[in-house]
Amino acid sequence: MAEQTDQAANRQAPVISPGYTFGTVTDKISSIVLTRPTSNGWFVGFGISFLLLMLLLYAAGYLFVRGIGIWGVNIPIGWGFAIVNFVWWIGIGHAGTLISAILLLLRQSWRNSINRFAEAMTLFAVACAGTFPLLHLGRPWLFYWLFPYPNTMTYWPQFRSPLVWDVFAVSTYFTISLLFWFIGLIPDLGTLRDRSENRWARITYGILAMGWRGSARHWHRYESAYLLLAGLATPLVLSVHTVVSFDFSIGIVPGWHTTIFPPYFVAGAIYSGFAMVLMLAIPIRKVYGLEDFITDRHLQNSAKVMLATGWIVAYGYAIEAFMGWYSGNSYDSFTLWNRLHGPYAPWYWSLLSCNILFPQVLWIRKFRTQPGLLFLVSAIILTGMWLERFIIVVVSLQRDFLTSSWGMYYPTRWDWATFMGTIGMFLTAMFLFVRILPMISIFEMRTLLPEAEVKAE
Amino acid sequence: MQEAPANPKREDVCPSKQRELGEVRLQIERAQGPEFWRSLEELAGSPEFQQMLHREFPKGAADWVDEVSRRGFLKLMGASLALAGMSGCTKLPLEPIVPYVRQPEGVVPGRPMFFATAMPLSGYASPLLVESHLGRPTKIEGNDLHPASLGGTDVFAQASILGMYDPDRSQTITKLGDVNSWSSFVQEIKGPLAVQKGLGGAGIRILTQTISSPTLADQLRALLKMYPQAKWHVYEPVNRDNVVEGAKLAFGRPVATQYRLENADVIVSLDADFLYAGFPGNVRYIRDFAKRRNPDGVMSRLYVAECTPSSTGAKSDHRLPLRAVEIEGLARALLVAVTANSPEAGTTAEYAKFVQVVAADLAPHHGSSLIIPGDHQPPSVHALAHAINVALGNVGKTVVYTDPVSANPVNQTESLRELVSDMRGGKVDLLVIMGGNPVYDAPADLGFADALKNSNVGLRIHHGLYQNETAELCHWHVNDTHYLEMWGDARAYDGTVSIIQPLIAPLYAGKSAYELVSALSGVSDATGYDVLRAYWKGQHSGGDFEAWWRKALHDGWIEGSAYAPRTLSAKLGSLPAAPTSEARTLEINFRCDPSIYDGRFSNNGWLQELPKPLTKLTWDNAVLVGPKMAGREGLKTEDVVTLELAGRQITGPVWIQAGHPDYSVTVHLGYGRRKAGRAGTGAGFDASPLRTTGAMWFATGGKLTKTGRTYKLASTQGYQTMDTPNGASRPNVRRATLEEYRHEPKFAQEGTPPPELTLYPGYDYQRQEYAWGMAIDMTACVGCNNCIVACQSENNIAIVGKEQVVRGRHMHWLRVDAYYQGDRDNPKAYFQPVPCMQCENAPCELVCPVGATLHSTEGLNDMVYNRCVGTRYCSNNCPYKVRRFNFLLFQDWETPQYKMMRNPDVTVRSRGVMEKCTYCIQRISEHRVDAERETGGQIADGRLQTACQQSCPADAIVFGNINDPNSRVSKWKAKDRNYGLLAELNTRPRTTHLAEIRNPNPELET
Repeated sequence: MAEQTDQAANRQAPVISPGYTFGTVTDKISSIVLTRPTSNGWFVGFGISFLLLMLLLYAAGYLFVRGIGIWGVNIPIGWGFAIVNFVWWIGIGHAGTLISAILLLLRQSWRNSINRFAEAMTLFAVACAGTFPLLHLGRPWLFYWLFPYPNTMTYWPQFRSPLVWDVFAVSTYFTISLLFWFIGLIPDLGTLRDRSENRWARITYGILAMGWRGSARHWHRYESAYLLLAGLATPLVLSVHTVVSFDFSIGIVPGWHTTIFPPYFVAGAIYSGFAMVLMLAIPIRKVYGLEDFITDRHLQNSAKVMLATGWIVAYGYAIEAFMGWYSGNSYDSFTLWNRLHGPYAPWYWSLLSCNILFPQVLWIRKFRTQPGLLFLVSAIILTGMWLERFIIVVVSLQRDFLTSSWGMYYPTRWDWATFMGTIGMFLTAMFLFVRILPMISIFEMRTLLPEAEVKAE
Repeated sequence: MQEAPANPKREDVCPSKQRELGEVRLQIERAQGPEFWRSLEELAGSPEFQQMLHREFPKGAADWVDEVSRRGFLKLMGASLALAGMSGCTKLPLEPIVPYVRQPEGVVPGRPMFFATAMPLSGYASPLLVESHLGRPTKIEGNDLHPASLGGTDVFAQASILGMYDPDRSQTITKLGDVNSWSSFVQEIKGPLAVQKGLGGAGIRILTQTISSPTLADQLRALLKMYPQAKWHVYEPVNRDNVVEGAKLAFGRPVATQYRLENADVIVSLDADFLYAGFPGNVRYIRDFAKRRNPDGVMSRLYVAECTPSSTGAKSDHRLPLRAVEIEGLARALLVAVTANSPEAGTTAEYAKFVQVVAADLAPHHGSSLIIPGDHQPPSVHALAHAINVALGNVGKTVVYTDPVSANPVNQTESLRELVSDMRGGKVDLLVIMGGNPVYDAPADLGFADALKNSNVGLRIHHGLYQNETAELCHWHVNDTHYLEMWGDARAYDGTVSIIQPLIAPLYAGKSAYELVSALSGVSDATGYDVLRAYWKGQHSGGDFEAWWRKALHDGWIEGSAYAPRTLSAKLGSLPAAPTSEARTLEINFRCDPSIYDGRFSNNGWLQELPKPLTKLTWDNAVLVGPKMAGREGLKTEDVVTLELAGRQITGPVWIQAGHPDYSVTVHLGYGRRKAGRAGTGAGFDASPLRTTGAMWFATGGKLTKTGRTYKLASTQGYQTMDTPNGASRPNVRRATLEEYRHEPKFAQEGTPPPELTLYPGYDYQRQEYAWGMAIDMTACVGCNNCIVACQSENNIAIVGKEQVVRGRHMHWLRVDAYYQGDRDNPKAYFQPVPCMQCENAPCELVCPVGATLHSTEGLNDMVYNRCVGTRYCSNNCPYKVRRFNFLLFQDWETPQYKMMRNPDVTVRSRGVMEKCTYCIQRISEHRVDAERETGGQIADGRLQTACQQSCPADAIVFGNINDPNSRVSKWKAKDRNYGLLAELNTRPRTTHLAEIRNPNPELET
């Protein structure tokens, strides 16, 4: 009996280490923002990220001056890094919404320690993603023509185009994510307002807290709003990447025109999103000593989600390959051949290794709780998912119908600069976030404490 | 500068001021036309002017009491500036020129006019019709009244419009590199000419290119009469010495050979690329050849034995790759086989079977066969070809002999040799180089440049369109006029005289050759117009000269001026002995470039960026190496190699050319120019250092060594076969032999889905007045590239430069895909022109988020540039990849000359928008308006032609209304051979192709 309990305890590591009270939880999380001195490491990391962000501004500025010819795109490969990165970033965002909304509805309370920064990650990732469709336009200053707005040009978007659907999907997603994140922050902003000693911080937090006083009525309204937004955000987890996948599956390009894309894209998005969550959580909990809040249980659960979605993605690859052969369509079967043996074959084989082969180590429980190894596997998965988008976008376009029009794609330094720049933008935002906002939801953590349990009288 | 600066009253200006302004005025006078602005800057930088500025008041201003003088000074400066600007405006020619089709009462703005003229190239005139908008020539068409054109043109003529507006053309007369004036030039030559007068002109040498102009030849002869000891030399790097010498061998005199391909059932080409620009008469030959490639009629058969793979070889039914040096052996064997009527006796060489089969095929076609020798082949091959044609009774039927078109049909290589030795011998005092660039392209062993520089030629004058390598070594450079700016005449390949009439006054006040020769004869102010008219007035006998002249101008040619056929007796006994069989040493072939010819077009961006017919290379030449040799030597495309021949070396990148024979390489001339202009300078490598008088076209004994370096080449078509690397094959060009076609006529339509295969009801195009469609006959198309340049010219298509071509961003709306099939050592090759397919179910339209590409009720896939934001989704979704994107600002919005050149009816696209073939929608609109205004009815079939169709020499493109069952395009589309490219995708292309039918000899099919 005792042995069984031990095993159960082992299996279910706690979501929060024992020994904490409401006070200590609040102290620990808010101290990162309010009292602890900013470490040199933070400045170094922020500095590097900020330099990368400046690189993005420089690359984008040069792009606006010269035109997208500074990138490697051409005819036939009209979409290159920009769209690859767009799909990659927006996929990363998905884990945040999944964690905060779907897991909330499913009452997976372990999410409470990671949802805040996962949502922030979503927001920043979507912001990074959102820059690319704008940058990749030939005439970016006319981007607003993609929106239906009253004008004197008798101009209206062409609603059959998936790119218009994209505009709606991504802008909705960003709006809902922002609202959801902000509303979730309000009680904690109130806490920070009350605890900060710096006058300016109190005013700023005070404004942002929107008059939060923690009354029962406040809590009641807060809970309803949060739940409603969770309900709104839930379908977005599925719809956004489905719409993104339409960009390809509506097209007639072999390698794009396939019905498996929506589920396969959504699974891939969550796959890469959890990898990013782990890549952020592991260093954060180490640096800020938050192992008690982001425990092995969280790492385990994330690893399991990755394992599951990884297999859905693998199924997607298998179906693509199978249909390439089974359809008997010579263009489709050539696309498969070209992935396996064509000029970009090393990229495809790397993709298969990164997304299918290496993550299988997660079957072993021991590895699922080793932060270093998890970090590495997550990095591999993120690379693999980026490669997947590269294969889909570039390698499909590279050799389509007429052999005379086959081409090659070589990214330029500006492609890389823009990509690295958005990583800089993402990290800059993350660094600022962990410094000025509570990265773990204080009040939700408190609900996990034994004290919070409502005992029947 | 015709407009003199406003002349203030002399008495208003004090003498010292007058002197100063006189200097300024002199400097201004020396400057020419738009050059003026630059000159003003230079002028502003000159010490005198600076001094004048800093003094605040002109010298002696203190003496000026009369304020009117000061005002006079300001007036002078102001007026000269204003007038200088005005001189940049278009100037209409002063002489009467006659519009071609309509006789307008006045110029109607917005309505183009057409004028007949002709472009001389190596002496041969291409008869043209030039579209002019308000005095600016904008587009070249073929002269459909002229027998040498019938409406077709070649790439060089199409692109020549860009040549005229080339901002790098020489814009002024220079002396030792400094700007000078015509009057000083005339003054300066007076002295030396007077000296020569006493010597009978013994020191005068005139070096021209091939000249067929009766007027200019007459002028030169008159000049030689004045200076009896003077000599007229002729040289062009791409000359026809072999033809001349071959004719001398066969007939004892130079004759021109014309071919009547419409009468030929069996054609044998001995290394002759007669279906590509540069071959005299190619435009007419392509038309005649294509006409006989009708699989529904009696189809001709073409055998080609050639070294460098060419368009002609690609179109052949059988191609025998042979080293150039072996062609003569083949010709001998063929002569023996044909005359002895015992094919077996011919030869034991590896081509024995070929000879045997060809001879057997020729025998029954007595009088309807044809042997065409290539200009590159030695005289003996020409003599042998004459002999075979005579033996087959082709003379007078498929072969016609006439007088040579050149006014001075000398052996040009020998002519130049003589000039060089005279120069070295100190016999030359006054050398006039009219056109050409011998410093760059003379055979290396002559050392022309060295002789020009180091021997004591007292006065060297260069006359040309560019300040080129030769101009650099001459004292004087006189800027020539482009043919579109001058009066003149020239003979077409059949001898017909075309009148060259100007479309615009010289942009840079150039002097034409006619005017230069006049000046040399002592008449410095004669205009080309006067000279030309005077000559023809003298030639014209009886009748009203004015009416005759007007008709000649209107038609563009002089009726009855074609050469009459000559009957000649061949003396064929005297053939030189066959060359001893060569050891297997490396043969190096020199060929003129298919795009930039001998280098004269190297600053023409359209031609530089024009993909060469088979390699699809742009902006470069390459060492063409066959696959076998590449395998043996371990060569890859883009490896840089050194070619060595008799101690001379050149270095260039390798291009592996399928079908090139082993132990042989080809290099193209015209590249590696040092001084060509912004487009031409530095492109490619110069092959002429290996070229010697003894081996102008090929030489054996070469050596090839790898350097270990690589060099990036820009090809527009990276993958050149329909076989995919996974072993499958795609039916892009549907093709069959004549026999297969007769057996199964509808073979090409396999896999085309029925039109009802859709979930949505289709649009009823039948309700509309017009439904535009196009059909392209691939059996007729010879891959001459003319349509690409015609489209570029008509639609203001930008060039992008080599680096952008490497990146895959060339802008051609219409491309000609070339595919090889089969054995790499001797593949079959196919050409497929691909414009926008104007799909009825266009995949591009569906995906555009801003509705920038839409379908018209007439079935056109319209592109709205204004609306495009540049997502490039449409291009991704286009299965034909015919859309082109302005990745950068490719158009030149600054250069004023290009502004004048552009078609005013077509939008000039800017950065960030997609563009593509529109079926020349501007022409559709224009004809729609015309038809409604003139007849109120429909556009008559055949009247509306797209740019690619209009000047297609093969008549391979037909465009029109498919709602009219009697239109030509409807009839073509009803043919069994008609199929839609990728129709299996249910795109329903409006552009369809007629499958390629070849007529191989079953005896040679293995």
